[in-house]
Amino acid sequence: MMITVTVNGQAHTRDVEPRMLLVHFLRDELRLTGTHWGCDTSNCGVCVVHLDGTPVKSCSVLAVMADGHEVTTVEGLERDGELDTVQKGFVECHGLQCGFCTPGMMLTARWLLDRDPDPSEAEIREAISGQLCRCTGYENIVRSVRWAAESEAAS
Amino acid sequence: MSAYGRMHRKEDARFIRGRGTYTDDVNLPGMLHGAVLRSPHAHAAIVSIDTSAAEAHPKVKAVITGETLAGLRLAWMPTLSGDTQAVLATDKVRFQGQEVAFVVAEDRYAARDALELIDVEYEPLPAVVDARRALDEDAPVIRDDLDGKADNHIFDWQAGDKAATDAIFERAQVTVAQDMLYPRVHPAPLETCGAVADFDRVTGKLTVWCPTQAPHAHRTLYAMVAGIPEHKIRVISPDIGGGFGNKVGIYPGYVCAIVGSIVTGRPVKWMEDRSENLMSTSFARDYHMHGEIAATRDGRIQAIRVKVLADHGAFNGTAQPTKYPAGFFHVFTGSYDLAAAHCEVTGVYTNKAPGGVAYACSFRVTEAVYLVERLVDVLAVELDMDPAELRMRNLLKPGQFPYTSPTGWEYDSGDYPRTLRLALDMAGYDKLRAEQADRRAAGGPLMGIGISFFTEAVGAGPRKHMDILGLGMADGAELRVHPTGKAVLRVSCQSQGQGHETTFAQIVAQELGMSPGDVEVVHGDTDQTPFGLGTYGSRSTPVSGAATAMVARKVRERARVVASAMLEASPEDLEWAEGRWAVRGDPATGKSMAEIALAAHSGLELPEGVEGHLDAVCVYNPPNLTYPFGAYVCVVDVDPGTGQVKVRRFVAVDDCGVRINPMIVEGQIHGGLADGVGMALMQLMAFDEEGNHLGASFMDYLLPTAVECPSWELGETVTPSPHHPIGAKGVGESATVGSPAAVVNAVVDALRPYGVRHADMPLTPANVWLTIQGRPFRTDLAIP
Repeated sequence: MMITVTVNGQAHTRDVEPRMLLVHFLRDELRLTGTHWGCDTSNCGVCVVHLDGTPVKSCSVLAVMADGHEVTTVEGLERDGELDTVQKGFVECHGLQCGFCTPGMMLTARWLLDRDPDPSEAEIREAISGQLCRCTGYENIVRSVRWAAESEAAS
Repeated sequence: MSAYGRMHRKEDARFIRGRGTYTDDVNLPGMLHGAVLRSPHAHAAIVSIDTSAAEAHPKVKAVITGETLAGLRLAWMPTLSGDTQAVLATDKVRFQGQEVAFVVAEDRYAARDALELIDVEYEPLPAVVDARRALDEDAPVIRDDLDGKADNHIFDWQAGDKAATDAIFERAQVTVAQDMLYPRVHPAPLETCGAVADFDRVTGKLTVWCPTQAPHAHRTLYAMVAGIPEHKIRVISPDIGGGFGNKVGIYPGYVCAIVGSIVTGRPVKWMEDRSENLMSTSFARDYHMHGEIAATRDGRIQAIRVKVLADHGAFNGTAQPTKYPAGFFHVFTGSYDLAAAHCEVTGVYTNKAPGGVAYACSFRVTEAVYLVERLVDVLAVELDMDPAELRMRNLLKPGQFPYTSPTGWEYDSGDYPRTLRLALDMAGYDKLRAEQADRRAAGGPLMGIGISFFTEAVGAGPRKHMDILGLGMADGAELRVHPTGKAVLRVSCQSQGQGHETTFAQIVAQELGMSPGDVEVVHGDTDQTPFGLGTYGSRSTPVSGAATAMVARKVRERARVVASAMLEASPEDLEWAEGRWAVRGDPATGKSMAEIALAAHSGLELPEGVEGHLDAVCVYNPPNLTYPFGAYVCVVDVDPGTGQVKVRRFVAVDDCGVRINPMIVEGQIHGGLADGVGMALMQLMAFDEEGNHLGASFMDYLLPTAVECPSWELGETVTPSPHHPIGAKGVGESATVGSPAAVVNAVVDALRPYGVRHADMPLTPANVWLTIQGRPFRTDLAIP
């Protein structure tokens, strides 16, 4: 099937098998390997991307379902050479170790802060509760998101 | 100025941009994709395998079976414990999920399609699922491939003094015994295992990208097994999405990808999916333990004795030093001053995946710490004594270090009472106990307080005692300071998220008076780094970190000679101060490493015996292990109606000696604490009577999320290691080792009003509820 998906602002047209998962479309067809593949059952969330601005698990979305829609991946967070505040927060607060869950965590965090610029610790934990991290025990991820919230409030 | 301290990680720049390179991100021209066909049975004879339909698939390039491999003498491979393991099964399958065939196709979807076209006829056999029945007379023999093997026994091993221990038990005032299971768990890194193999038929060079924690060991093993000359093998371990011990060994899929590339002449990528990862790769623990503790009535612990049944699965594939079939379980004597101790461990085969040593366990230290910390709590209940007080009374005293344990291990340094006191103070222990007493008196909600005090033995290890398959556990480091004073460090260990590129740069910078930003750390590529055994068992800082400090000191001494030529003084007249070599007493003469490096590469006439340049190599053979320790306090609330446990607080005070980058150390501890909560409360991997794996996806094998984890409260004490060049100890596994006992002790403490003395992990709501009802069950079995 021919599909056109706008990824990080750029339209991509490809002929794909109807069964192809969005995560594989992004990784294998577009070579945007910042989106990862971790569990097949939509539990781990390392494949989270924004689909029309909402976080989705791209292992549970068919590429054809994204036809005509807009996808944002981790590669789209940095704008004009300027890191997103969330990216800065993860560096500042050591919110990542192996880096495998990080793209999905940051995309969910970006979505959360766009809806709620001042989330509590509990709200941040709730927002990322559909995603797993095996390295950080979540502590510094929560701090990273709070850092980003405070940083954006101050600017 | 110290280069140690909090510093942002160098590796973050690529990860936050999605620019890391994990194995599945490697794409080579003409690359094919592999998929593994796995056994649906735990134990079955293979009658026939028909691959013709798969071979006829238009996108399939090769189908490999055990028969193909047998022709190459690769059907079996050695395990890290000197056993053999089937790469692809030929005679029979021995666990559910075992590798049976390998398909190579043009894309990953086609490879999976073709698996459906392979017809395997099995003849199911009775499975050995319960480790406690593995040695029964009538148990089916799993390893009939081994000459003369007529049972499922692997090894018997013991440590300590049996006679002295038994004598103490005979006359002890108080003894208590407790059976406990440390159930099978899986490390479940978010990146699964996989490989990209590229065999160049022209040059004969094999390149393997693979998320291995031990790239050099992999290369040597490939050379030994496949007969490819070692200098023609390059193993590249790129960014790794978490390891935790899951990525130490060589899995059949790696060998299949290599054979697939040899057979097709094209690069082959194989990435397992989550179910494959959980079902077939290294699990951890599975220790069935019977512990006994002897004490005086006033709470003086005298001796411990232990019997363990160790379930190693269908092949003995534990990754640990050769001499130690039960790893470093010797440290079951814990942090206490015992007169004697003894343990016996028996290893058995069962129809489950191989493994055993993984998941941040420090070579079975995890099981040992859990055992002793549960036993101490059981004793506290028996004596009706506060568990904190009982521990404080028995902890080793600072003056006893270096301390030789009853099983013969020399603990390097410690101040245990200080660490426990700090943890109790941070937790507000007395107030917590008062709150608990009030609640109990009022019949209020259940609340429990659990303590654990652990000592680890990490940083394997002294070469004369420790090797894996004959390879001594020393690690190399190479350091070059380039003419403009920028340095490149090459190390044998490999980060899976521990931040080596930052921490090791800090070590070099500290030793040479440089900025960490001027030190590049190269790792994970066998063509570019010196030999060493890699990163597991918390050994990177104790071994490679020491090698790094030592190689930097060698460079510093060379720099001294060069500086002496620059300053026209004798080397003995120079002193190292504030990161410069200066004439003693005249700091203004100081030469920085950058100035010295340029001179070392220049036409400056150098003294006899100095070759110029500023390079050095070092192999570090640790004189002893390092012994980090810590005190943890966990507070839980338990709902007796549902059995739900909520971790309210968790206080962790760790002492890992000198902290190079405290930010990274704390991050390591946070992660381990979450692991401990997960293992204690959630992560269930049971098997039914046919050997079906009931935890083979993240829908069933539950890992903690942000809402199950509290905000961790950390504290620290610093007791430097006396034998490590910079006084550091390993820390990567401390929290995983120490935390499960604290959580379980807290839950059992909460259930004390119901007369509960013990319950096995994981303490799921169902398990807790049944325990309250007086009906505890075997968490490892789903057999009614």
